[in-house]
Amino acid sequence: MIIGVVTFPGSLDDRDAARAVRMAGGEAVLLWHNDHSLKNIDAVVLPGGFSYGDYLRCGAIARFAPIMQEVAARAQGGMPLLGICNGFQVLCESHLLPGVLTRNSDLHFLCRDQELIIENNSTQWTSEYSIGQHITLPLKNGEGSYQCDDETLRLLESEGRILARYVGENPNGSRNSIAGITNERGNIVGLMPHPEHAIEELTGPTTDGLGFFTSVLKSLIAL
Amino acid sequence: MARFIVEVMLKPEILDPQGAAIAAALPRLGFAGLTSVRQGKRFEIEIEGPATAEKIAEIESAAELLLANLVIENFVVRVDE
Repeated sequence: MIIGVVTFPGSLDDRDAARAVRMAGGEAVLLWHNDHSLKNIDAVVLPGGFSYGDYLRCGAIARFAPIMQEVAARAQGGMPLLGICNGFQVLCESHLLPGVLTRNSDLHFLCRDQELIIENNSTQWTSEYSIGQHITLPLKNGEGSYQCDDETLRLLESEGRILARYVGENPNGSRNSIAGITNERGNIVGLMPHPEHAIEELTGPTTDGLGFFTSVLKSLIAL
Repeated sequence: MARFIVEVMLKPEILDPQGAAIAAALPRLGFAGLTSVRQGKRFEIEIEGPATAEKIAEIESAAELLLANLVIENFVVRVDE
């Protein structure tokens, strides 16, 4: 199974995401923002970082990168797509997921290990977790506060589309402590904390993040 | 040549932590009596030729597509006379 990781100008975590894919047993391919084709790729990760310098709004310019047209079309057709941190911001700006990520409520850039609770394990990226499972992943961003209108929030809650929430004090002012959401179909997932930085004990606080990558590989094999 | 001003502001119901931080800083500098500060963006766009109704509509589409995120922001377009 081949998972593509998109590199935008300003992406930071593309190499770590590719490494996480390989640690989980998949083949990783780096995709360039200016490419037009996904070729034989089975799933895509939009990594963390500061695409296009976060100019205008986080993810607002990356949305119009040539590769994103194909990524969006394939994801709307069911291809698994994970956006981590800046990737989550790109998914929201692309309207592939509802809402938007805004400046942390206390204005600080946060960088810490964050405990989360998994609340949906029916997506293609979370099937290896159990509902109610607590995991710890690095959280590092300046604009991680998830915002949406009341109607969208009600929909996300009632349809179980909030896949992870922050445990304990809300770190950034996200509505209902949302750390990650999914689309209705469960193939497009956005997550603010970084699973790709928690895949081995030497460099991460835990290995809790590996499950996102093993989940998608399993779901692709099952297809 | 015509010049357009596009102003983008967070919707009133959206929390503006930057505006709030500015509102907290100003009284420390001696500016009293402030009740609220909201921070926004201003774009100045120049085009060739006059500001026809068609051009205004084009700038409005650009604002909808890229300059503002309508989930959290509103915008106004005006011609700079």
